[in-house]
Amino acid sequence: MTGAALSALWGHWRRHPGQSLTLVLGLALATALWSGVQAINAEARASYDRAAAALGQNDLDTLGASDGRLFDQSAYVDLRRAGWLVSPALEGRLRVGERSVTLRGLDPLTAPLAANPVDLSDPGDLAPFLRGEVGYLHPETLATLDPTLLPLRVAPALRLPLGVLIVDIGAAQRLLDQPGRVSHLLVWPNQPRGLPALDAVAPDLVRRAPQARADVASLTDSFHLNLTAFGFLAFAVGLFIVHSAIGLAFEQRRTTFRTLRALGLPAGRLVGLLAAEVTLLALLAGGIGLGLGALVAALLLPDVAATLRGLYGAEVTGALTLRPAWALAGLGLALAGAFAAAAQGLWRVLRLPVLAPAQPRAWLRASDRGLVVQAAMAALLLILAGIIALTATGLIAAFVLLACLLLGAALALPPLLSGLLALAARRTRSVLGQWVLADTRQQVPGLGLALMALMLALAANIGVGTMVSSFRMTFTGWLDQRLASEFYVTGRTQDEADAIRALLAPQALAVLPIWRAAQPLAGAPGEVYAVADHPTYRDNWPLLRAGPQVWDRVADGTGLLINEQLWRRSGLQLGDRLDLPGWSAPVVGVYSDYGNPKGQVMLSPDRFTALYPDAPRLGMAVRIAPEAIPALRAAISDRFGLPDALMIDQAAVKRFSLGVFERTFAVSGALNVLTLGVAGFALLTSFLTLAAMRLPQLAPIWALGLTRARLARIELARAAILAALTALYALPVGLAMAWTLLAVVNVEAFGWRLPMFLFPGQWAVLGALALGAALLAAVWPVRRLARTPPADLLKVFAHDR
Amino acid sequence: MLVALTGVEKTYASADGPQRVLQGVDLTLDAGRSLALTGESGSGKSTLLHLVGGLDVPDAGRVMVGGQDLSRLDDAGRARHRREGVGIVFQQFNLIPSLDVAANLSFQARLAGRHDPAWSARLLDRLGLTGLAGRYPEQLSGGQQQRVAIGRALAARPPLILADEPTGNLDEATGDAVLDLLLDLVRDTGTALLMVTHSTRLAARLDARAHLSRGRLA
Repeated sequence: MTGAALSALWGHWRRHPGQSLTLVLGLALATALWSGVQAINAEARASYDRAAAALGQNDLDTLGASDGRLFDQSAYVDLRRAGWLVSPALEGRLRVGERSVTLRGLDPLTAPLAANPVDLSDPGDLAPFLRGEVGYLHPETLATLDPTLLPLRVAPALRLPLGVLIVDIGAAQRLLDQPGRVSHLLVWPNQPRGLPALDAVAPDLVRRAPQARADVASLTDSFHLNLTAFGFLAFAVGLFIVHSAIGLAFEQRRTTFRTLRALGLPAGRLVGLLAAEVTLLALLAGGIGLGLGALVAALLLPDVAATLRGLYGAEVTGALTLRPAWALAGLGLALAGAFAAAAQGLWRVLRLPVLAPAQPRAWLRASDRGLVVQAAMAALLLILAGIIALTATGLIAAFVLLACLLLGAALALPPLLSGLLALAARRTRSVLGQWVLADTRQQVPGLGLALMALMLALAANIGVGTMVSSFRMTFTGWLDQRLASEFYVTGRTQDEADAIRALLAPQALAVLPIWRAAQPLAGAPGEVYAVADHPTYRDNWPLLRAGPQVWDRVADGTGLLINEQLWRRSGLQLGDRLDLPGWSAPVVGVYSDYGNPKGQVMLSPDRFTALYPDAPRLGMAVRIAPEAIPALRAAISDRFGLPDALMIDQAAVKRFSLGVFERTFAVSGALNVLTLGVAGFALLTSFLTLAAMRLPQLAPIWALGLTRARLARIELARAAILAALTALYALPVGLAMAWTLLAVVNVEAFGWRLPMFLFPGQWAVLGALALGAALLAAVWPVRRLARTPPADLLKVFAHDR
Repeated sequence: MLVALTGVEKTYASADGPQRVLQGVDLTLDAGRSLALTGESGSGKSTLLHLVGGLDVPDAGRVMVGGQDLSRLDDAGRARHRREGVGIVFQQFNLIPSLDVAANLSFQARLAGRHDPAWSARLLDRLGLTGLAGRYPEQLSGGQQQRVAIGRALAARPPLILADEPTGNLDEATGDAVLDLLLDLVRDTGTALLMVTHSTRLAARLDARAHLSRGRLA
């Protein structure tokens, strides 16, 4: 019985290969976008893990200065003498031509095994390493650097994280110009018993557990969450196609179900067979989706890697490695998605009495009733979104808010369209108008899912487009304020920087310091900058909040400025005191600092020098007439041999910053386009499948005196009306999404809030795109209708008998 | 002469090769008269009805309706003929599911620009549908639906009604009642009727009868 039933059920897919293709392709597309994003995330996380594991950051405690500054290596000697098993390390940035790498100095003789990423067991390797003649780099990083600019011989090492140059600690001290200084000590996991307390031996050092140190993975979490949210949105849009295709397959097999049930197949067995069918299709589609997902990931990964490097300084490999867990998760998701899409149909088959499935339009009637339920669910979700917006905080809550908003708005679309069309039909006097509107309304349950998918894709485009454009507008203006100086120079050593400053002073209008020191702030990595008292800052700096005489107070050392990220994270208000190691001062102003994940403090150069005497003071901003820059550049180059990469004019910095910005949102843009593509495909499949079902509805109208061409034009107009209404509805939904992204998600994820600007031009383009997509999707079935021979239309009446 | 078919031929392609459905059929029907077209399944009855209704075109021969040669009309001309020249009643009713009874009944008349609200109201009354005017097709019985279809065919006051097994989907009692109504209305309005039927009993109630066998008039 089962075999016979199976062959009857599978016959449907054999006879409707297009429908099978739609179902498989829909699910494959949904899985592809999701698994593509997951592959990117997995690759990035693997890179972070490799970076953390390379220096034993995952499981080793460290000792460091409480203010995060470098300290004398005598503390290491004292601790070793007291019996502590520790190993010195020095970390800093090393510029190599136009790029810079993280330089990590280790002592291979005392470092715990977990912290030593390079195999130096061969004496032939160890000796030159200890002599500081050789260092190690990941081959991928090595390939991006000019070997002639490297200060020592570099060998490739695959286990190393990207962008990290491993050298002996002595070499690191030499290259960073920090003789006798270390940044931290690695603590062996097993220490001898009866050790003296740390306070007694090295009172200036504190012990940090691995989890106490913020690492790059936590910094980039929000970025990956954004990607995941996009992937999920695309998956949801894809599921609409699957739901639509499965629903149609069930609708078209009503007679088969009735016959099978009438012939004695139990409802449970029938549902079981249908479930097996869904499983098979899901596995097939999931497999194809994984292949497409790997392709999507491979295409997007270079942009993601560039974004992560630009935004967070995180190095992620540009090559994709696919993992079995990723494949299993993708197949699992395809299965779950297929069953979520088929659940309603399966439930109906299980519940409907034997003859009910044979009633004409039973599915449509059920969907009509479903519209009421759908409207109620939509209202509930939108109310929930409102409550979350007013009360909840945190990134997860922000994404739940977005999910409720989008899902609620999508569910509300078919009931709204239905109501609107009913209203219009009542007001129309033309007989054809009445029929078109009434008939369109009747199609809403069948087209609803595709329209919801289109609406979601359009809203996401409007939302993300508004966010990115608002960001771009704000960012461009902000760059103009922040990059007021015309020329930026960085010396390679302190002596060189001082000499350059002396050379520039008589020629420039002003030489302003760009000095920076790493400093944990509000429990997270942060930095302190020196700011000179100069009109460059007084006139241009983008202050969001400012107390009275803000610049005077910074200049005289009685106040400091903090960036928006630190302001939001710490909850500090103007006038509140911020404690830095050895100094405390009130916050007198808050400035915007887009693109920077870290908290930041600005104080006077004198105060900076007093607090961070070891911090390199290599950078300077030069106020000078732009036409004088080439001569100045040549002079510096001639005298100091400074490479071009260390002499950047304002235009180059802006170009670079905007380049980072554009690449940051390239991924969002690509996912946006893909989501719109999936929605367009959903619309096409819906129109195609409905076209096949519509012949019996259109044939009588043709018989009553309308030409096929006119019917085709009406069908096209119908598609345009639905797309236009959907696009119109997507606008407020998209704007609400943009507001949530700008005012909630960005603040939670990155720590800054952006003003929202409106871009009607973009809406017009999207509206035209939606109309175009709908017309394009409708054109094929409509063309088919216009060319349907009368003989085929007559079959509708011939089938009467 | 309202309808005149001369040497009409029609061939359809089928899985078994070309099938000659009509082979040189000559037929006439005067205005205000009724003619039953009988014959076995596949004899070409419905095809002949479709040609007269402008739903299809003959391969050869002439189909004249109201002095107009349908085979010379283009798609738009044949659509106008269907709108204004004939009323068609199908076996499966083929009402428009998205419109209520009143809108269905007046639909073709409005398309033809001949909507007469008083006449539509009279038809609703004569067909016993006044109380059902606001209902939708799926809320009606088969007999009720066919009465709406008859009303739709007559609402534009066409000179000719084409009925393809109008009672074939109804039980005998209901079918008889529906046919009574159709014949009464056709008689009262002076409309000609060409009806396809399997039933010799029903055929006997019309003015004349023509029998088709294998594409030829017997």
